[in-house]
Amino acid sequence: MALRLLSLALMIAAWYVGAQLAGPRMLPDPQAVALMIVSEARSGALAFNLGATLARVATAFTIAMVIGSIIGLLMGRSRIADRFGDPWLVVLLNLPALVIIVLAYVWAGLTETAAVIAVALNKLPIATVTVREGARALDRGLDDMAQVFRMGAWMRMRHVVLPQLAPYLAAAARSGLSLVWKIVLIVELLGRPNGVGFEIGIAFQLFDVTRILAYALSFIAVMLVIETLLVQPLERHVTRWRPRTA
Amino acid sequence: MSPAGVRGRLEALIGHKSFQAASGGRLHVLDRLALRLESGEVGALVGPSGCGKTTLLRIIAGLDQDYEGSVELPEHGRLGMVFQEPRLLPWRTLEQNVRLAAPEATDASLEALFCMLGLDAHRDHYPGELSLGQARRVALARAVAVEPDLLLLDEPFVSLDDALAARLREELAELVNSRPVTTLLVTHDVEEAIGLADRLFLLSASPARLLADVPVERPRAKRTAEELAALRREIACKLSNQPS
Repeated sequence: MALRLLSLALMIAAWYVGAQLAGPRMLPDPQAVALMIVSEARSGALAFNLGATLARVATAFTIAMVIGSIIGLLMGRSRIADRFGDPWLVVLLNLPALVIIVLAYVWAGLTETAAVIAVALNKLPIATVTVREGARALDRGLDDMAQVFRMGAWMRMRHVVLPQLAPYLAAAARSGLSLVWKIVLIVELLGRPNGVGFEIGIAFQLFDVTRILAYALSFIAVMLVIETLLVQPLERHVTRWRPRTA
Repeated sequence: MSPAGVRGRLEALIGHKSFQAASGGRLHVLDRLALRLESGEVGALVGPSGCGKTTLLRIIAGLDQDYEGSVELPEHGRLGMVFQEPRLLPWRTLEQNVRLAAPEATDASLEALFCMLGLDAHRDHYPGELSLGQARRVALARAVAVEPDLLLLDEPFVSLDDALAARLREELAELVNSRPVTTLLVTHDVEEAIGLADRLFLLSASPARLLADVPVERPRAKRTAEELAALRREIACKLSNQPS
């Protein structure tokens, strides 16, 4: 913990030194950014834009995780599904985020639905690939056990399959959350009238580096809170049966 | 034959079973094998390692459908099975493991079962916190807790030290005596087979054929040392007479 704080302090010090060298137009010092955050928070703009972005992140993330995991599970368990789905997966994985976003806006208009779907489509193949790996590694012995003891489909899913997939789902969620929020900003920059990405777009036109940093840091703080209060406790709960190592 | 006998009867007629070998070609595992257990009988499949005993058990359990022949399970066909490895769910406690397989088991019956197998103190432990011997006991408890019509045991005591295996064997004998159930036990250990079974099925090396079907007339508890020795000689003779 002490080492983490030291590392963080060093980062802020480097920022401060950098700000002195580059001048306030290129890199404002931490104080200026903090003041900007406070004034945006007072006006209500910060909460409004963070909220809009967070809502998009949550929706797109949920859609991508649910659909991506189901497809991944199917592809990991069935050879036919794997062979059939693989070309689609390769295409989606290699389609640049920007292309998906632009096409979604062209085809569906500059709407909320288009924005969310574009983000979800970017995340979905990655969730699928990760969960597919997990589904391929499922223990055959436990499958046999569940079959011999006639466990129902829901029971098998909940007590046999999902606990085995948990580490893969956690990995997909972790990498997914950071990816999704980065793509949401681009989507907002290109075609939404609010959100952190929209604000950063305005600030870019005005070369307002203070505002860019203020919004970026605020959002990082929000994600950090979600990680500590939501993701980590959930992970601890899911892995409670593992004997502690070191 | 009494109706009760038919109800609990296990009958397996396997014409032929082969696997696709990794190197191509077919691996012939089972060949014209017929076995029958009457209601409440304990049968033991005895044969050299790798002769196809586990394959036969998997066919009877319905885990392998790719064979020629037929299997007739006891009525209702509720199965209890102990695999070679305990196959517990590591993320569920010991008690949850048993209850998930046997949702209808009453608290009282589980209580009795856990006490009998010395698992009472470990109910809330996870399988990772148990020794192999304890994990095997849990697997045994799970198989018995479902109150099966047919109990299948695949080398349930392998890789345990002799003393522990002997104790578990006694516990199993006690369980089977306290609630008779048609049971098929796979083992490569003749001692284990004659200690537990009413009927021995001696299998040849792969592809497995039935060498002999040896009924043991006397009840398990009343077998004398001389009778056991005679039985041992008979089995050794039948096993060595197989044409290679």
